[in-house]
Amino acid sequence: MIYLDNSATTKPDPDVLHSFQQVATHYFGNPSSLHSLGMDAERLLRKAREQAGGILHVNPTEIVFTSGGTEGNNLAIKGIALAHQNRGKHIITTSVEHPSVIEACEGLKQLGFEITYLPVDSDGRVHVKDVKNAITEKTILVSVMHVNNEIGTIQPIQEIGQLLSDYPKIFFHVDHVQGFAKVPLNMNEAKIDLCTISGHKIHGLKGTGLLYVKHGIKLFSLAHGGGQEADIRSGTENVPGIVGLVKAMRLANDRYYKEIDKLFDLKHYLMKALSKNRRIEINTPERESAPHIVHFSVPGFKPEVVIHALEEKDIYISTKSACSSKSADESQVLAACGKSYDNAASGLRVSMSFDTTAYEIDKFITELTTVLDKLSKVMG
Amino acid sequence: MQYDHIVIRYGELSLKGRNRKLFTTQLQQNVISAIREFPNTRVQKKRDRMYIVLNGENPEPIMERCRYIFGIQSLSLAIKVENDEEKIKENALALLKQANPTTFKVTTRRSFKDFPIGSQQFNQVLGGYLLVNTENITVDVHNPDLEIVVDIREDATYLTSAKILGAGGLPVGSSGKSLLLLSGGIDSPVAGYQAMKRGVELEAIHFHSPPYTSERAKEKVLDLAEKLTYYGKSIKVHIIPFTALQQKIHREVPHGYSMTVMRRMMMRISEAVAQKENILSLITGESLGQVASQTMESMHAINAVTNYPVIRPLVAMNKDEIIAISQQINMYSISIRPYEDCCTVFVPRSPKTKPRLEKVEQFENAIDFSQDIEDILNNIETVTISADNQSSDQLDDLL
Repeated sequence: MIYLDNSATTKPDPDVLHSFQQVATHYFGNPSSLHSLGMDAERLLRKAREQAGGILHVNPTEIVFTSGGTEGNNLAIKGIALAHQNRGKHIITTSVEHPSVIEACEGLKQLGFEITYLPVDSDGRVHVKDVKNAITEKTILVSVMHVNNEIGTIQPIQEIGQLLSDYPKIFFHVDHVQGFAKVPLNMNEAKIDLCTISGHKIHGLKGTGLLYVKHGIKLFSLAHGGGQEADIRSGTENVPGIVGLVKAMRLANDRYYKEIDKLFDLKHYLMKALSKNRRIEINTPERESAPHIVHFSVPGFKPEVVIHALEEKDIYISTKSACSSKSADESQVLAACGKSYDNAASGLRVSMSFDTTAYEIDKFITELTTVLDKLSKVMG
Repeated sequence: MQYDHIVIRYGELSLKGRNRKLFTTQLQQNVISAIREFPNTRVQKKRDRMYIVLNGENPEPIMERCRYIFGIQSLSLAIKVENDEEKIKENALALLKQANPTTFKVTTRRSFKDFPIGSQQFNQVLGGYLLVNTENITVDVHNPDLEIVVDIREDATYLTSAKILGAGGLPVGSSGKSLLLLSGGIDSPVAGYQAMKRGVELEAIHFHSPPYTSERAKEKVLDLAEKLTYYGKSIKVHIIPFTALQQKIHREVPHGYSMTVMRRMMMRISEAVAQKENILSLITGESLGQVASQTMESMHAINAVTNYPVIRPLVAMNKDEIIAISQQINMYSISIRPYEDCCTVFVPRSPKTKPRLEKVEQFENAIDFSQDIEDILNNIETVTISADNQSSDQLDDLL
């Protein structure tokens, strides 16, 4: 099997699974219980939090464990909106965000919030001057993703953070789900207030993730109850999942340091090979894009057909992001980049992991060429 | 380009005379122990500095570890290159491009006098080369964003940029051993840390009164001790079963004096443990006037039971100063976990703030405590928190 859909989800690391099972079996106590079973679970949770803080270079008390990217984004956006709405009801985000950001914003519209969706250029990149122009007296939050989940474009987070440091009343949220352990991001240097990370994109388990919440920032809770996670997210902690998440973060971080050059090489190799095929238009920008995502269109070809044809060869890629691929036709991200309907309706995404090998990429290129040649006789 | 060395500069160690080697050897041991979890590293000791050879390890966490080792004045990441003009230029350019500052300057030191170009001249040669090969970066010799130091030595040339301040002080283990009375509050771990800064190696003693104090309180103390090992060597923690004695004091000593008597018992037991472990002094986190047991009169009455030196690093510090240090060394969040320690249970409503020594002695003489103390000394639980094996914790393996 050649699995090239790692931006949809990754295969859990066996070490992560082992930890999950050990914790679920032996440390099942409720961290809030007073007895020693509770104490052990609490200690494990504390160590996990410390390790997560260490990896992100933030204080452990600034980590809120969640169920993943969608909850993290919802908690950041609605949590800020509901807690600070008396200051203003304007939110700025971009037109290429993940649905969990866009739909959270759309939901807030019903409560009287005004949302600005910033345009992007043909690379899918937002411009800092557009952020600046969109700011009003009523703006309370700017939410921008670090790495685009469809085409891999890296947004100028550091510059936006710099700009926002002149506006102390505006909070800055970054969806870092596709960027963690692939494109470095420093919370302090980029002046980020809230940052979402998901476990299952980095070989952790589904249902795990975290939200970084800078010290002193008040969020309206979306789950009231026993006051866990610093009163921001009540509910008995998912200790096995959290341990798995933090372990996955450590392993991914180690691999970033040792293997990131290899991943970049694979991406450049793949892009170069694809660019030689006259049927293919590459959508991932040459510069300032993540090392693991390559997105391209094959105008005139139905992407589902290509995907299923490759699947017969045991190769797995995807159309647009898994979360939006149920909505028909063209990709909103590609449309926002100003691509033609033909291009936007025929997008394919290859997303690699540190496990991807040069052999797999070669095999994919060969099979893709064969598939396109074969299909062109039918469709082209 | 990748950094392949960390340069460690000694502080006051380099002022030491003939026994300097003792200090640097101790420091080398502490560094090796602190970074043991990075198995590819090697630590090389030279006369005036030390090098960590990274052999491909990620420098960041190693730098972070080293920042807390006492006896280190400053640290820098370095690239080692041959004593060859072109090689130096090439690597300096890569280093500059990676840091990408607005302004820079070059400082050359040439202790290897056979190198053909003088240091002043080399500053200009290299500075010029870097200017020509970069865009939008200029030289500022007074206030540069980045100073590239070129250290030309006999064996090789080391290129370094940013310098990070180390913890200073003397290497732990170079000034003998002391026994720290560790309660779990904010003060005592800071006192231990301050003593370690002057080279003291620690053991710790903790008074535990189950079920009045919970397992979590003991856990807290072990966590604090573990944090302390980051700054030096392994720490033995002696856990004293204090319940029975505390109950007896509570029952038989007039309440105004029970706190003073309890403290004196702690001193006696600490001295006995120190004696057994060949330790020559005690350390406490007392700060003058902070609470009833830390008034001048209380210190006098409590100190009277021991002839051992009692080191009180915090005696003249304010609470906010102590808290600031506690936060810097990452102890604070542990110290404020809300579990009671043995000093806060059985507390009389109004303990004497000015106890009189004769009176305390009179009360104590009326009761026979010798058997209780003997029982305690025979039932001490000793936990060793290892500095070089922190990941041996079962829980850490899961993470």
